[in-house]
Amino acid sequence: MSTLTMNDGFSGELPVDRSTTVTTSTEVPTAKEMTMEQTTTVKAVDAGPSFTEMLATMGRAVLPPLLGLLLLIGVWYVATLNGGAIPGPSVVWDAALNLFADPFYDNGPNDQGIGWNVLASLERVGIGFGLAALVGIPMGFMIGRFAFLANMVNPIISLLRPVSPLAWLPIGLLVFQRADPAATWTIFICSIWPMIMNTAQGVQRVPQDYLNVARVLDLSEWKIVTKILFPAVLPYMLTGIRLSIGTAWLVIVAAEMLTGGVGIGFWVWDEWNNLKVEHIIIAIFIIGIVGLILEQALILLAKKLTKEAS
Amino acid sequence: MEKFVQIDRVGQTFDTKKGKFVALRDIDLSLRRGEFVALIGHSGCGKSTLLNLIAGLTKPTTGVLLCDGREIAGPGPERAVVFQNHSLLPWLTCFENIYLAVERVFSQKEGKPKLKARTQAAIDMVGLAHAAHKYPHEISGGMKQRVGIARALSMEPKVLLMDEPFGALDALTRAKLQDELMKICEKTQATVVMVTHDVDEAVLLSDRIVMMTNGPAATIGEILEVNLPRPRARLELANDPAYIQCRAAVLRFLYEKQAHVEKMAA
Repeated sequence: MSTLTMNDGFSGELPVDRSTTVTTSTEVPTAKEMTMEQTTTVKAVDAGPSFTEMLATMGRAVLPPLLGLLLLIGVWYVATLNGGAIPGPSVVWDAALNLFADPFYDNGPNDQGIGWNVLASLERVGIGFGLAALVGIPMGFMIGRFAFLANMVNPIISLLRPVSPLAWLPIGLLVFQRADPAATWTIFICSIWPMIMNTAQGVQRVPQDYLNVARVLDLSEWKIVTKILFPAVLPYMLTGIRLSIGTAWLVIVAAEMLTGGVGIGFWVWDEWNNLKVEHIIIAIFIIGIVGLILEQALILLAKKLTKEAS
Repeated sequence: MEKFVQIDRVGQTFDTKKGKFVALRDIDLSLRRGEFVALIGHSGCGKSTLLNLIAGLTKPTTGVLLCDGREIAGPGPERAVVFQNHSLLPWLTCFENIYLAVERVFSQKEGKPKLKARTQAAIDMVGLAHAAHKYPHEISGGMKQRVGIARALSMEPKVLLMDEPFGALDALTRAKLQDELMKICEKTQATVVMVTHDVDEAVLLSDRIVMMTNGPAATIGEILEVNLPRPRARLELANDPAYIQCRAAVLRFLYEKQAHVEKMAA
């Protein structure tokens, strides 16, 4: 075998499986044969688990969360059995059916369907968050790339980051004179920090090897950003985005309670004023579910993008 | 003697937390065009530091380095580096990794079809045409290292710098790549500096072996001329008296003259 490896140069080396070199001692496989061999082994591995096994793993994945949810509703049911201010599950369920029967009615600015309210909140989050990404991601790149800039900006970020975004709401109201952009502004402020910090951290953690490649090839700054930094930083950036959208969704409810108008936060406040507690509980569920969907969608996106990137 | 690469009184000192650390001192070395030089020595002797200096990745504390009559002021494609861990970009295919280098060097003078042809030629040269559109994580370590070599050579560098390029590979793959590297060097007449700690590799591949003393403050201990005719065949060399002599000389240097640090470290 050793004579083979010395004589035939590159063509004899197999990509994955070293044990197959035994077969090559009589003849060297062509490139085509090698790739075929590879794909067949991959397929064999993929077709592994049987249907019943799949069912079992699905059961293991679904059963515990389902039980937890049932337990929660059970506790809620027992706690509200004797009446009181908090409505029980069945009352809330009836109210929810009623509410979702017509989610998109529109009786003027102060009385719109639940669908419109959720969409209005999502729109504010989308705009504020989008603007924050537009500013925060390039800023993170620059802070990560230039140490001087990082030293300059880091104290400011450290000072401003712990401030509750709601503290910025009056400034927004003052500057924009209207409630809607002020809420968007609050979202902008709270989503920008995670994006700046994570992007900058990602840039700083780009492996030195890749940067050495960039230096030896003497790549232009544009090529360094597009071919090396951006793909290397992408996972960090997506983490920043995920954290941002989480906080943004937290903050929008509070901001809308203060600014009014249409939106899920305002709706909660409005229903409190109407003393429709069951609607408040429904809103809590809606806020939770929408937040969950946002987070999961971003995790999915991150998986897809980083899979392509690596 | 023609001095294609000239290293003149070069020393390298690093600032560490414990104060100054002298890594290299008094390095004087010249390379001819088309010469294959191996740098060998115990670990920590500053072989890679010297290679990084020639690459321009670090600047010397004292002395100057010249390449083709010009001072080495920084890294550049004329001194291509093959890194120990291949350093392919994982989000680009093999083809794209090489194309990135080709594009940088030749895009001002040549159009896209020509650049692609160059890239393909580099891949063909290392026998990886079938894996051109695979990603680095889909191919073996030996294949990755070949892509790294192809990337370096595709830039038509004046000097090819290799930092223990086969160090992470198994012995059989390493032998294959060594043979292939010899063929490529013969074809391209490349000037090569290779860092290695493998005595056989050094003797088999090199025209000269630069043996370095132990650090700190390492310098060149001896330089051995390897006067073996090319092309060299691994099997025949095994019993060649000249080969055995060269091998013994390097071993003697490493394990007799420079053995004391090994004992201290142990």
